[in-house]
Amino acid sequence: MPRPARDVVFVDGVRTPFGKAGPRGLYAETRADELVVKVIRELLRRNPGLPPERVDEVAVAATTQTGDQGLTIGRTAALLAGLPHRVPGFAIDRMCAGAMTAVTTVASGIAVGAYDVAIAGGVEHMGHHPMGEGVDPNPRLLAEKLVDPAAMVMGATAENLHDRYPAITRERCDRFAAASQAKLAAAYADGRVQPDVVPVAVRSAERGFGLATVDEPPRPGTTTATLAGLPTPFRPHGRVTAGNSAGLNDGATGCIVAAEEVAAELGLPARMRLVSFAFAGVEPEMMGEGPIPSTERALRTAGLGIDDLGLFELNEAFAVQVLTFLDHFGLADDDPRVNPDGGAIALGHPLACSGVRLMTSLARHFAGHPEVRYGLTAMCVGIGMGGSVIWENPGYTGAAG
Amino acid sequence: MSAGGQRPAYAEVVTRALARDVDLPGGGRIVLVTLDNGLDHTRPNTFGPAGLAELEAAVTAAAARPDVDAIAVTGKPFGFAVGADLTAVPGVRSRDQALEIARTGHRVFRRFADSAKPTFALVNGVAMGGGLELALHCRYRTISAGVPAISLPECFLGLIPGWGGTWLLPNLVGADRAVTVIVENPLNGNRSLTGRRAATLGIADATFAPADFLEQSLGWAGRVLRGEVTVDRPEPDRGPAWDAAVGRGRAAADAKVHAAAPAPYRALDLLAAARTATRDDGFAAEDEALADLLLGDELRAGLYAFDLVQRRARRPVGAAAPELARPVTKVGIVGAGLMASQLGLLFARRLQVPVVLTDLDQGRLDAGVGRVQAEIDALSGRGRLSVEAAARLRGLVTGSLTLDAFADADLVLEAVFEDRAVKAAVFADLEAVVADGCVLATNTSSLSVTEMAAKLRCPERVVGLHFFNPVAVLPLVEVVRGARTDQPTLATALAVATSLKKSAVLVRDAPAFVVNRLLTRFLGEVIRAVDAGTPIPVADRALAPLGLPLPPLVLLGLVGPAVALHVAETLHAAFPERFPLSGNLAALVAAGKTGVYTWGPDGPSVDPDVAALFPAPTGGVPPTEPEVRRRALDALADEARRLLDEAVVAAPQDIDLCMILGAGWPFHLGGITPYLDRAGIAERVTGRRFLPPGVASLR
Repeated sequence: MPRPARDVVFVDGVRTPFGKAGPRGLYAETRADELVVKVIRELLRRNPGLPPERVDEVAVAATTQTGDQGLTIGRTAALLAGLPHRVPGFAIDRMCAGAMTAVTTVASGIAVGAYDVAIAGGVEHMGHHPMGEGVDPNPRLLAEKLVDPAAMVMGATAENLHDRYPAITRERCDRFAAASQAKLAAAYADGRVQPDVVPVAVRSAERGFGLATVDEPPRPGTTTATLAGLPTPFRPHGRVTAGNSAGLNDGATGCIVAAEEVAAELGLPARMRLVSFAFAGVEPEMMGEGPIPSTERALRTAGLGIDDLGLFELNEAFAVQVLTFLDHFGLADDDPRVNPDGGAIALGHPLACSGVRLMTSLARHFAGHPEVRYGLTAMCVGIGMGGSVIWENPGYTGAAG
Repeated sequence: MSAGGQRPAYAEVVTRALARDVDLPGGGRIVLVTLDNGLDHTRPNTFGPAGLAELEAAVTAAAARPDVDAIAVTGKPFGFAVGADLTAVPGVRSRDQALEIARTGHRVFRRFADSAKPTFALVNGVAMGGGLELALHCRYRTISAGVPAISLPECFLGLIPGWGGTWLLPNLVGADRAVTVIVENPLNGNRSLTGRRAATLGIADATFAPADFLEQSLGWAGRVLRGEVTVDRPEPDRGPAWDAAVGRGRAAADAKVHAAAPAPYRALDLLAAARTATRDDGFAAEDEALADLLLGDELRAGLYAFDLVQRRARRPVGAAAPELARPVTKVGIVGAGLMASQLGLLFARRLQVPVVLTDLDQGRLDAGVGRVQAEIDALSGRGRLSVEAAARLRGLVTGSLTLDAFADADLVLEAVFEDRAVKAAVFADLEAVVADGCVLATNTSSLSVTEMAAKLRCPERVVGLHFFNPVAVLPLVEVVRGARTDQPTLATALAVATSLKKSAVLVRDAPAFVVNRLLTRFLGEVIRAVDAGTPIPVADRALAPLGLPLPPLVLLGLVGPAVALHVAETLHAAFPERFPLSGNLAALVAAGKTGVYTWGPDGPSVDPDVAALFPAPTGGVPPTEPEVRRRALDALADEARRLLDEAVVAAPQDIDLCMILGAGWPFHLGGITPYLDRAGIAERVTGRRFLPPGVASLR
């Protein structure tokens, strides 16, 4: 039976405010699955044209799938959010690219006709689930030198990038980090961030209930001078600091992905059209290089070149890792097409949820840039991987907006 | 609440008022006050003096802040607040103290009503009594659709909703609905409303799903503050419907407590006045009513009774160690009569294990099993059981003509004809079939468990499980310990009672145990008066001032004269001087009468056949109404004291628990011993009180 692939569109994306992980953080006493529930309900509320029973799958990513991120969180969060029993769900993991993989997985299902509409997203409560919680690496990984010991510590892999690319200095990284903070502050001031954020009730046994409405990690006013004095925890006299990296954060994201024809039938907006995606592996101890081969592969699949891309949402796990990507493709450190409203260094990076945050940001940029036809969301992934998704702007007119 | 013995000094579990600023996404700042006593959902928020002071400080501070637009109050997870901290009540001795409690609540809650800034109650969980009243004082209310219970249960305990409820609620939703919530529901088994239902009645302005209740409530509050949402509430009907509703409430109160408990009537007076009273006058009248009731013995007895059913009923005094209980994976019931069918369904439904009924012939057996199946169909038809649950239950209940079906049963309950020899023979037959660990239980209502077991190889496995008719309604099981009953058997019986969701009271084997012994003695005095020529309606009316659920001779009809006579004969055999046999009762049974009344459209009237059955008394002056009452109550006091002296139960509290749960005797009597104490009957008849002053009485 011949089966034509269907076009897949990104309908809408939302996220919780991001919090700082830890006992004093915004979500210290709030469950991870509750964050997912708020996201799913907000997606349905914003898109009343989507009957809940038309959701065919709920894919939720989490790096650590135990405790309040366990019990097949895509399924349990769907039930908790009030979706009908008939709507299935699953949990998925590709570390930092979890939500991105949730999107590409359900998009693939939509393309082959297995689903019409799906919800995909991710959550990471790094306060409840610190990185490395409960891991039990196979001793062969190190004994047989399958991976370098540094591969297990993300900051150490970032230091390794500096060794390989000496042109990327700490000063360049700090400058990039300060710019990320400044761009996010400007976006906040212009009200460009708030529309994608769903408020979350947070409880503290000591302080009672409150309402999270804004991100906790940003440090507006950060300058290269303030960054220059920060210690380098991964290596004495190293280059990677808390200031030029994403922090340890809590948060959840989600989006509606649909077959383009079904979105049209239901009157749902098509904010982005999926063009191609790719994942690729690199040396685990050089984790941050990952987005380079994955982007090259996605461009090749799409028949596009880097110059065809008008907007980039690159996950800022580490400034050095973004700069490695920019240098490779010949883009300037301050290219205005890259992370126009800042990135994870300012906003935070709750591991598995960030992929959809990139997409939601890109969708918002697309709406304001009808002259841009193609955009990229890309990120590096632990244990040496990269993930890239190329999107088309359905509002593309060819003319400057 | 502490019921018995030495009362510990009052220590308030303080419900804190945690205030936190919330900046709303669309603009506006709310101070959100979370009520939180620091304990989990099983220990809900209550209001004592320190908690109220903290709430007052929080709302006062927020009201004074120029940078704040509104004040909202919500509860800890799953619970808003359940009202005044009643553990403080035993310490209230003076009218000034009582008035202080009433006025403090009003003063603190009125800060929400009188605040210049809009106030919002975000009812996220259970809200009862003063908790709901706090919400009513706020200008706006949202409620979670997941809230299981919203109520004003004060009249159930012997109080009124006196922190604003009797004025605010009728002025919000009208007298009709307010009478339902304040009077009818509390008197009707202390019913409560779901969150959705409360919203339908107009108690809340908006309802949101529990999944993001607080977020949506705060968003709604913001829209109200910005004028994007306006709240329209229908004006209550202040016409004749108001007084009609209050009249309906009075009829409900009369039917339930027969004017014997003051609380519902005080509430109805306040509800009637609320039609025209100013808020100040309404609240002042609440203060007076609350002070009166706080100093009344009915409330003290009500709190004592509440504590018994909440706590003592769940942990029977004198119980065997629970870990000795053996698992029960199959139950046998000997007999397939009416009671046996009821028990079969109860065991199958609650224990979810196979239940086998037996009887002497196929016809009776089929009828018994058929009754269970029909009841399962009825439950399923009413939506009380899912299709699958009904199918599972049907498969669990079967019949067998032979006892070998009990070979692998862990508990066999006999519910055959009330005859000691018959029951002993049943046990002997069972012992030949069942496994060693199997508990043999009897549902006898009066016979000796010890004697029934005497001839058995293992008498230690026999125990009494005395259920009350109707089994589905009355929560009591008297667990009867025979002279030889061993601890594992007792522990198993108690565990089974708990699994059946019944309340167990442990009693020593003695004729007719507790409930039937007291009721028979009490009823005996009424019948004796009738035998002596007191007209039946006069004798029956004599006990009306107690507010019992039924007049004694109406109860006789419900129990059935034959059953009553059988119990009376058992007790007569044991204690002939206190339990004389009434020739009239025997004649009633012999004539096949089901009671002394016939029931017409206007209620009961004395059956003329019965009047003809009873011979004219031979001389003497028949007892008057007060004499009948005195004799009946004296008899109760005497018999209750004897139950304690014979160690049939451990304490007066067990007697009261039995009468509340097994006979439906009212909270305002505290069961019975608090009433016998406070009326001076106990001291006059037995020379001493049942309970120390202050335990279930003011002094």
